Amino acid sequence: MFSPSDLSSYLIIGAILFVLGLFTVLTRRNAISVLMGVELILNSANINYVAFSHFSSGNSDGQIYAIFVIMLAAAEAAVGLAIVLAIFQIFHTIDVEAAETLKE
Amino acid sequence: MEISTAVFYLVAIITVGSAAMVAFSRNIIYSAFSLLGAFGGVAGIYVFLGADFVAAVQLLIYVGGILVLVLFAVMLTHRITDVQITNRAAGRLPALIVTGVFLYLLVEAVRGTSWVKAKEVVYKATTGTIGDLFLESYLLPFELASLVLLAALIGAVVISRKEIKE
Repeated sequence: MFSPSDLSSYLIIGAILFVLGLFTVLTRRNAISVLMGVELILNSANINYVAFSHFSSGNSDGQIYAIFVIMLAAAEAAVGLAIVLAIFQIFHTIDVEAAETLKE
Repeated sequence: MEISTAVFYLVAIITVGSAAMVAFSRNIIYSAFSLLGAFGGVAGIYVFLGADFVAAVQLLIYVGGILVLVLFAVMLTHRITDVQITNRAAGRLPALIVTGVFLYLLVEAVRGTSWVKAKEVVYKATTGTIGDLFLESYLLPFELASLVLLAALIGAVVISRKEIKE
């Protein structure tokens, strides 16, 4: 059942990655770890896009969406990590609960 | 077992194992380096799906860009690596129960649904097709993407620079 020519095996890998990313986001208060969990979730969504594009639609639209998601993930990582560094300069920690008041 | 199936199993195990290391490791440095295996494994999965261009983009942007950025941030904020990673927003057990139930539901949904199948599954180079699509039907999103990237670049510089107080 779990074979490279079967759509559901890719969907299950995507589901596992999504759940692991969700677990990371839920259990960490460290802002960089939360960002890592978000990256895992975006990767799982991309696997689903490309898998459906390959097995179900027969055209390349899904791959286009995957490239847009990768592009937005890069923008998100750059801005997110810049914010993390700014928080670290002000609060000397990157615990997300330290920054919940949004002021010094 | 065919060799391609064996390689597929290997890639899947690397991907899921590295992602599990990211989720469960107590040291943020180990988490950051495990992301390498997860991103590389996903690139391998794209190769199995016949998406050569997306696999190359994944390697270039995720492994070459985002991973380096994450490591950069980890190293610049190194004092947090010692203890605070064990602080949790939610406890591990409730999170494990929630995500376990979620995974069960997802897998049941995947296995219980009869997905639409394409008439034939083709393996061919996709770069030309993707280039045509970007400059024809997806031209407006493509231009918007360049604006978003410019805004993100300027935003990152503005946020992370040192503020000069008069």
